[in-house]
Amino acid sequence: MRATIEVNDVRKRFGSTVALDGMSFTVEPGQVTGFVGPNGAGKSTTMRVILGLDAADSGSALIGGRPYRSLRSPLLHVGALLDAGALQPSRSARNHLLWLAHSQGLTAGRVDEVIERAGLGQVARRKAGGFSLGMRQRLGIAAALLGDPPVIILDEPFNGLDPDGIVWMREFLGELAGQGRAVLVSSHLMSELQDTAAHVVVVGRGRVIADTSVARLLAEVSGDRVTLRSTAPQEAARVLEQAGATVAAVDRDTLTVSGLPAERVVTLLGRYAVPFSEVTAHRATLEEAYMNLTRNAVEYRATTGQESAR
Amino acid sequence: MSGRHDFTRLLRAEWTKFRTVLGWVITMVLAAAAVVLLGLFSASGSHASCGAGPVEIDCPEPPLGPEGQAVSDKFFFVHQPLQGDGSITVRVTSMTGQIRLPDLTPGVRRVAPGVVPWAKAGVIVKDGMRQGSAYAALMVTGRHGVRMQHNYTHDVAGRPGGVSKKDPRWLRLTRSGDTLTGDESADGRRWSTVGTVRLAGLSDTVEIGLFATSPCDLLVKQGDFGGSIGQCRFTEATADFDQVSLQGRTSGDAWRQDDVGVTEAPDGAPHHPGRFERSGGTFTVTGVGDIAPHVEGESIESTLTGVLAGLVVVVVVAVLFVTAEYRRGLIRTTLLASPRRGRALAAKAVVIAAVTFVTGLAAACVVVPVGTRILRANGNYILPVSLLTEVRVVVGFAALLAAAAVLALALGALFRRGAAAVAAAIALILVPYLLATTSVLPVGAAQWLVRLTPAAGFAIQQSIPEYPYMTGHYAPSAGYYPLPPWGGLAVTCAYAAIALAAAIVLLRRRDA
Repeated sequence: MRATIEVNDVRKRFGSTVALDGMSFTVEPGQVTGFVGPNGAGKSTTMRVILGLDAADSGSALIGGRPYRSLRSPLLHVGALLDAGALQPSRSARNHLLWLAHSQGLTAGRVDEVIERAGLGQVARRKAGGFSLGMRQRLGIAAALLGDPPVIILDEPFNGLDPDGIVWMREFLGELAGQGRAVLVSSHLMSELQDTAAHVVVVGRGRVIADTSVARLLAEVSGDRVTLRSTAPQEAARVLEQAGATVAAVDRDTLTVSGLPAERVVTLLGRYAVPFSEVTAHRATLEEAYMNLTRNAVEYRATTGQESAR
Repeated sequence: MSGRHDFTRLLRAEWTKFRTVLGWVITMVLAAAAVVLLGLFSASGSHASCGAGPVEIDCPEPPLGPEGQAVSDKFFFVHQPLQGDGSITVRVTSMTGQIRLPDLTPGVRRVAPGVVPWAKAGVIVKDGMRQGSAYAALMVTGRHGVRMQHNYTHDVAGRPGGVSKKDPRWLRLTRSGDTLTGDESADGRRWSTVGTVRLAGLSDTVEIGLFATSPCDLLVKQGDFGGSIGQCRFTEATADFDQVSLQGRTSGDAWRQDDVGVTEAPDGAPHHPGRFERSGGTFTVTGVGDIAPHVEGESIESTLTGVLAGLVVVVVVAVLFVTAEYRRGLIRTTLLASPRRGRALAAKAVVIAAVTFVTGLAAACVVVPVGTRILRANGNYILPVSLLTEVRVVVGFAALLAAAAVLALALGALFRRGAAAVAAAIALILVPYLLATTSVLPVGAAQWLVRLTPAAGFAIQQSIPEYPYMTGHYAPSAGYYPLPPWGGLAVTCAYAAIALAAAIVLLRRRDA
């Protein structure tokens, strides 16, 4: 089975609310794919459709080319963490994993392995009802790993984790992807995925806004903006505009230059002997990139809203 | 991988789920304890004693019939021994009697002429004079025509209608080895066979002759505030026989008379004695009593009074077994592990049924034998039943709990909310049972309730059957169900199956 998730034009309504409006993307193996969007964008619904919990009105969601509901021993194909709170409070962590293991024909030995892997060795025989949210997340991760699946789907796994836990989770996700698994991780906070996800699918209002590698997304949002401090801002602006840049004054001695890379700015200023005290290439954060995208999405929605009102 | 293999895994998973919630396990143990303790408690509180004048004595026990059940064997018998094969032929020309009416003035007897429907008079072959011995008899009855009966619990109908001088009945009972054949005729010439029966191990010498008997007249009134009041008033039946002829090795014309099973008043005189008069060829026999099953006494299922408490507890656990998953969202995890949803719910149903069955079986295996022992020690008479019947009552009790648990589980999956599902299960099973068995409803309505609702399954506990050839208060409140035991249980199982099927369909259709 190929370790992929393919979502093709999935539509889903709940009553009059459109939850998924033509959702399409593909998750490739060997990397962490971030699944990002504001609350209510349809992330969880998409995951539930992929996992066969919700039925799509149209479109398809396939795991390794097959619908989830057709999988035998599905936990050997897909590990999922949807809701860390979905536990019988009076059942111990180990017993929670044990029934799951039994349902897939796995042994108690495998249960003990994933307990160690998730760092729950000390608390495995305690009732899950007394667990903190962070411990529940770890238990959910252990459950997802139980069948050693090639595809892993995690809904907001960073929720409730302390800083140590967030570091642990990031390393852990990287490790899983490094083993060649397809890892889909949703979050409503782009910053959580920084340095973890290699690819992001950004969604808003039930459809994909951007489906791109993190590197390209950052480059696009950063553009070639450069911040320049100079005692001769007018001269600097003239030189750079002649070279094709767009220049905007920020204050008395600060300019924002776009359209030229920082190295070229320095070379030009040097050649024309324009004094400058600082040239800073602007690096966007993933957060900014996300804000940019979702802002656009909001505007786009506002437009379509007017159209449909007509 | 085979589907069966998959299902075994699901069963194991659901069993692991059940056994790892300590609260559920403890509650099931409590359900069994409730059944046992309530049964033993009520048995301990049930005492019976009989008085002989001022003295308290052990209550006399009814005789046992050849098939082991308690029987009434009380009739007036005009007889002689018959060695080997032979027959008796008579003509019955009249059947009359009297029925005592309710007193208007206390202590002043009022009687009216008449016969009760199951007053009996005719010819009989009986294996000795001991009460409860094997017999076969051909008779006319008060309102049920000619019947051939044997060994207290077997009855075959012959020609309907009453007898009179103008419309007499000829009866002939023929013994050949251990086979008895009853023939009847309207005119003594054209005969038709009513029945042929075999009395296994019939002695070479038997008693053959004429008999008459008449059971008391049962009158059951609905109480003003529920409950029912039963009265059984004295009756007697008198039959005229002529054309009496015997064949075989008998003592000829030397008739003996016995008031078989007559009760004695404290002074030793017979109470309500029968009579025999002979005038030429006409024999007039008057008798009081019955030759029929005896159903007065405690039945083994009276030790299962804890069934209601047990059922409520089982219903709650079965509902929680599924609604707890909805409450926590755990149902999604279950469906991720088993995307074939019908199988997931079916596995849950099998596990809760098995757990409940074992719980119920353990409880019934203790409370039925121990409870009956306590009842007996307290002077109660326990109506004997066959081992097979006792096993059916015990196993059926467990099966009833299991079917109720599956129904409750299915309701839990349908409603997805514990309180609503528990309320629905109780409304479906317990409320009709209580309405039907506490006599707040007329008997007919009560019978329909335990025919049509899931409460029908309580029939599985009935150890003493309803005898169609005997007048009785066959109401659910008296422990008699209109459906046969397994038929009643099948109704409950059908409800469980339909609810489970509906739950599976909805579970498949709904988003989780």
